[in-house]
Amino acid sequence: MTALTSTAALRETMGGHFHALGDAAVHKSAPIAWCTSVGPTELLRALGFEVFFPENHAAMLGAARTSQRYMPVVHAQGYSPDICSYLTSDIGAYLTGETPLEAYGLSGVPQADVLVFNTNQCRDVRDWFEWYGRRWNVPVIGVRSPRALEHVTTDDVDGVTKQIEGLIPVLEAVAGARLDHRRLSDVVRASRECSDLWEACLRTAAHRPAPLTFFDGTVHMGPAVVLRGTESANAYYRILRAELEARVGAGTAAIPGEAYRLYWDGMPIWGRLRALSTLFEEFRTAVAASTYCNSWIFPALDPAEPLRSMARAALELFIVRSEQPKERYIEEMVARYDVDGIVFHDCRTCPNNSNTRYGMPRRLADRLGIPTLVLDGDVNDLRCFSDEQARTNIEGFVEQLADARPAATRRVTA
Amino acid sequence: MNYWTGIDCGSWATKAVIIDDDAQLLGSAVVRSGADLSGASARAFASALTVATRARSEISAVWATGFGRGSVGFADGSRTELDCHGRGAAHYVSGALVVLDIGGQDAKVIRLDDGGRRLAHRMNRKCAAGTGSFLDEIALRLGVEPQALDGLARAATEELELSSFCTVFAGTELLTLIRAGKRPSDLASAAYRSLINRVASMDVFPGRVVATGGVIAYHPTLVRMLSEKLGSEIVVPPHPQEMGAFGAALAARDGAAAVGPEATHVRT
Repeated sequence: MTALTSTAALRETMGGHFHALGDAAVHKSAPIAWCTSVGPTELLRALGFEVFFPENHAAMLGAARTSQRYMPVVHAQGYSPDICSYLTSDIGAYLTGETPLEAYGLSGVPQADVLVFNTNQCRDVRDWFEWYGRRWNVPVIGVRSPRALEHVTTDDVDGVTKQIEGLIPVLEAVAGARLDHRRLSDVVRASRECSDLWEACLRTAAHRPAPLTFFDGTVHMGPAVVLRGTESANAYYRILRAELEARVGAGTAAIPGEAYRLYWDGMPIWGRLRALSTLFEEFRTAVAASTYCNSWIFPALDPAEPLRSMARAALELFIVRSEQPKERYIEEMVARYDVDGIVFHDCRTCPNNSNTRYGMPRRLADRLGIPTLVLDGDVNDLRCFSDEQARTNIEGFVEQLADARPAATRRVTA
Repeated sequence: MNYWTGIDCGSWATKAVIIDDDAQLLGSAVVRSGADLSGASARAFASALTVATRARSEISAVWATGFGRGSVGFADGSRTELDCHGRGAAHYVSGALVVLDIGGQDAKVIRLDDGGRRLAHRMNRKCAAGTGSFLDEIALRLGVEPQALDGLARAATEELELSSFCTVFAGTELLTLIRAGKRPSDLASAAYRSLINRVASMDVFPGRVVATGGVIAYHPTLVRMLSEKLGSEIVVPPHPQEMGAFGAALAARDGAAAVGPEATHVRT
């Protein structure tokens, strides 16, 4: 894997985010809101909150594989091993008194003054936040989103807009400030710019060879998740975009000798991110694009109508849609990134982000004429993942791609 | 004439075969894999050479397959067992096929087009249900060798049900049935039915089905019951347990495309 030099700026940007949260927690310099990853973060920032994203924290626990220690602690409290392993990892870490944020000077996760969810992705985020709400006796508020939408209707947008508007009095009370609508508009403008920059970065992978992979994306998407709506996120993505465009110009490949290109649907397997990245590289296969990294692209955001566009952005997301628009979306990505096949991750504890369970992989294989592979695993719970089975599945899949090509065009030979 | 070797380093057994340019099987061997996969591969290879009455120096190439394929240090190349079972089955049976391989630790469904090219595959989840390990567990509970299950199942008279969801719970259910005085033959048959239900739910099985793997080799009654369940004839090719190794030997002979570094070992 050809390392991106922007990684140094990424570390600095993410470090700044965590240090700011630490300052807010220790010195009470700003109120702290917890927010789900695609929740109404722009509203929170406009009200002056420092915003913490526990999904990002849970992903850190998964990547460090410490989640294996924490999940059983929560299972023992009556939370099923079959529910979101982000939830069980994060709460387990809290109960154990450990966090990777110690590396940024925090002694624990920053205690929330309010927790704000959007159930557009799943119900688990609400259950997760309510656990902390009970613990700290702070408000837990949010958007109860419609789901499985074939079309995003005006009524849907009206309903979510009203719900977001309904959050404002509670948030103003917690923040001790009135919402400045001009500031909100500025934050939404910055958030939209972040979305556009991030999309531009990801779209460079449409070039052959791809200058970045899904595995790079899962790391470099950090600012788009936790800092969208801020200039620091945008500054970072200008750096990353410049590097990726330079790579495209120079023909620099993320995967040297790129022979095959794939699309990834579903959650990352955080505890095996490096292993899987290395495995695909062994097979000279670039996982060029993914639904997951694309999920922080919000083309609907519009500073001219901030709240309504936030509602629309939250509803247009892939995860909120029914099978038909999801299939159309993946079909469009397959064409855009010119991939040879699709890998679906069936994430054991995240059914809402597993598009394998109602026949989609086979329908798409039949319709698009490219092979699909289903990998069994989990976002954080490695008990649901087998290294050997994954290796054989992936290697066998690449063999299939190799055999489908005429011998003269094969770029790798024995 | 050139000679080719395939070695299938599986979870339970390591198989080696020697073939010639015409894919005639000249010799084969099966040894326990144990914890020393490299040693097991060497022993299987040596035994197969002895049976084939060939010397090591006469072998043009050795290809490995199976979960331990990366441990066969003397292999010249490797392919997954998905490829090798499909390749071997397509050698014996022409036309579009569904290959069902039931091994010690996993089960695979491999779909081939009428040219023998792989269209898709499915593997079992991270679970022993539907694999040879399930039958090992049941045999242990019944106090018999796994191979003895076939003779028992053949004499079954009562249709009993065992869960196909979890090997451990199936074992518990078995104890309940034992306490209820059920006959070992009916319990063995129930174990087969459980395994069959699990693999039958992995995919659809249109057209001809070819069954390979060690479970198929040692449990002909299971094959008959599987055929009844799927409503189609099950073709069992010669030496089904060695089919992966045979496919690896064919890959060696045919110079299959390699896709990873393990496939490019240089023989020393």
